[in-house]
Amino acid sequence: MTYTFRFAPVFSRIDQMFDGLLLTLWLTGIVIVAGFALGVAGALAARARARWPRAAVRAYVEAIRNTPLLAQLFFIYFGLPALGLRLDAITAGIITLIVNLGAYTTEIVRGGIDAVPRGQVDAGTALGLTPVQVFFLIVLKPALKTMFPALASQFTLLMLASSILSQIGVTELFHMASLIDSATYRSFEVYAVVCGFYLALALAFRLLFAAIYRVVFAEP
Amino acid sequence: MFRQFGLNELLMLLDGLRWTVGLTLLAFAGSFALGLLLLIPRVARWGPPRWAASGWIQAVQGTPLLGLLFVAFFALPLFGWDVSKWVAATLALSVYGSAFLADIWRGAVEAIPPGQWEASAALGLTRWRQLRLVILPQAFTIAIPPTVGFLVQLIKNTSLASVIGVVELSREAQLVNGATFAPFLVYGCVCVLYFALCYPLTAWSRTLEARLAR
Repeated sequence: MTYTFRFAPVFSRIDQMFDGLLLTLWLTGIVIVAGFALGVAGALAARARARWPRAAVRAYVEAIRNTPLLAQLFFIYFGLPALGLRLDAITAGIITLIVNLGAYTTEIVRGGIDAVPRGQVDAGTALGLTPVQVFFLIVLKPALKTMFPALASQFTLLMLASSILSQIGVTELFHMASLIDSATYRSFEVYAVVCGFYLALALAFRLLFAAIYRVVFAEP
Repeated sequence: MFRQFGLNELLMLLDGLRWTVGLTLLAFAGSFALGLLLLIPRVARWGPPRWAASGWIQAVQGTPLLGLLFVAFFALPLFGWDVSKWVAATLALSVYGSAFLADIWRGAVEAIPPGQWEASAALGLTRWRQLRLVILPQAFTIAIPPTVGFLVQLIKNTSLASVIGVVELSREAQLVNGATFAPFLVYGCVCVLYFALCYPLTAWSRTLEARLAR
């Protein structure tokens, strides 16, 4: 092997990567909050008594889970303007990620809610709680506890998948790597460093979710 | 002057779909082999190989596939291996896939009651033969539905190989779109084609799972 590794040109531009990192964190945060809300709404609709909301949620979940994120992104960013819906790259990217995460979260939340015993709901109602209170305190909170590991790994996967937004020019972490690559021609070094960034982020997410779990679901 | 999106363009997309299937098969074979190699230390009784395998799996799962693809694409030539994009994509997808498959299979191995290990140990089998003759055959039955489910993930993930220039369905779509400038139609067709490939497998995985639960 005759190649000499030179990381110096990459590290001299490391501040650009930190700019990208901030955008990645910011958009991941938005997408997690909105995607989770969409997932809870989807899980509720999937349990509706009427037929059409159930059918609609099923179609949504299957459509998203059986197509690649990249194709969804291209469809929304490049395809929708043909219908007159023109979005800038970051908006299109965030919407795609929310729609994508919402489908996966719907499945996870639905499974968690199904696991809550029916008697618990009856007990809550018997204590005089309103249906809204019953849903949030008796159904959703214990369900969240069971599905927390699945949700946490889904959110981490989403953070990693947000790198795909670089393909439509959103200046997040991965896009910054390709910019540094074209400025320095140190391709291998750049992408190795950016992988290290994502690895550190994934680790930080893990610690963060473990801490959240301890605080929120601690037994009194 | 743009070309109309017609039958020819649809045939081009179908041709891309064929390469998506090809890449998926290559990547699945690679993931399967590497995944088995990872599974053995992952379920070892002795700590160090187990920790090493577990650390590797978590490291790969904590890296975006896009990053692995670029690293493979640029790293292989550094060692003097002037390989095609196909090899780089297959390698990256295999490394990525094996980490997830090994994890799925570990769950299946751990689901086998410890009595099976003990019984085969009592028969005088070595640890390796216990795993190969008693545990793995049973674990694979449990592992089939999630493995088929993972195949769907792999099909979807091959779309990322387009970024290093592998001409599969997603890349073909970009090319067709460049010629016709009918993005709604092109990317709509692409989504439908991926769906047509993935949905039957998803449904099959679900059927297998229901059959196993019975």
